[in-house]
Amino acid sequence: MNELPLQEMVFYLFSFVMLASAIMVVTVRNPVYAALFLILTFFTAAAVWMLLEAEFLAIVLVVVYVGAVMVLFLFVVMMLDINIAPLKEGFIRYLPVGLLVAFVMAAEMVMVLWGKDRAVEGMFPTPAPAEPGYSNTEAVGEWLYTQYLLPFEMAGVILLVAMVAAIMLTLRKRPGVKAQNPSNQVKVRREERIKLISMPSETSNDQRGG
Amino acid sequence: MLTITHFLTLGAILFCLSVAGIFLNRKNVIILLMCIELMLLAVNMNFVTFSRFLDNLDGQVFVFFILTVAAAEAAIGLAILVVLFRNRETINVAELDDLKG
Repeated sequence: MNELPLQEMVFYLFSFVMLASAIMVVTVRNPVYAALFLILTFFTAAAVWMLLEAEFLAIVLVVVYVGAVMVLFLFVVMMLDINIAPLKEGFIRYLPVGLLVAFVMAAEMVMVLWGKDRAVEGMFPTPAPAEPGYSNTEAVGEWLYTQYLLPFEMAGVILLVAMVAAIMLTLRKRPGVKAQNPSNQVKVRREERIKLISMPSETSNDQRGG
Repeated sequence: MLTITHFLTLGAILFCLSVAGIFLNRKNVIILLMCIELMLLAVNMNFVTFSRFLDNLDGQVFVFFILTVAAAEAAIGLAILVVLFRNRETINVAELDDLKG
């Protein structure tokens, strides 16, 4: 019997949801809804990657994209007080040309894939599913920490630079805010804070007598 | 049976949708950034597909690096957007013409 049912059903279901939510991302008026639909797109893309046996990347997509990047997007979208109306100007005007370009591109790429009785499939036959004990995470980890160790460390540096750049860009001095200056606090010396003075000692009798 | 054509077609359609999105939303910087994220997702989809069908893990490692760079790009892009909004009170691309380009 053909193994069509489950895998193909899952594939078509998730691709449909993915493409539909991608369409919503580019057409919806409110940027908040666009961000939420983008989250849905990433979720379904992760499911499709599961079908491709890239489990590690599917989870990374959910954790990094949905968990970090999209939350950042939502945070910024909600923080900015945007007037949406003028931003949607020209939507109808550019609709025909946008659809035309997208349709021509899609038709070209689909013709490459589906032309000549789908010759691409002959070049890349579907491989057998991985055996039960195979761990995709282990394999990717082994690859990352041996073959790709230097690029992996450079990726870390890129993230550090991005973090420093983002903080530096958005940092600003506000007037009238009383903040500690750690540099001055550390630099302070004993002589600036303590003054020793010499004075004659007093006896207890003097104190009691007042 | 799921063949390579299925997944490559999905990636191609997703890419074309995001290109159309850039045409349609050319005033709104936030949606433009989102469309770029969609494009990267489509590219990653192709990488993962070929990684599976060539039985070669290099493609997945590349997707890992693309995700890293995309995260960095989103962080810096949004930071620039926040500074831009703070200074100009707008994110409309048509009004950002200070450089007279």
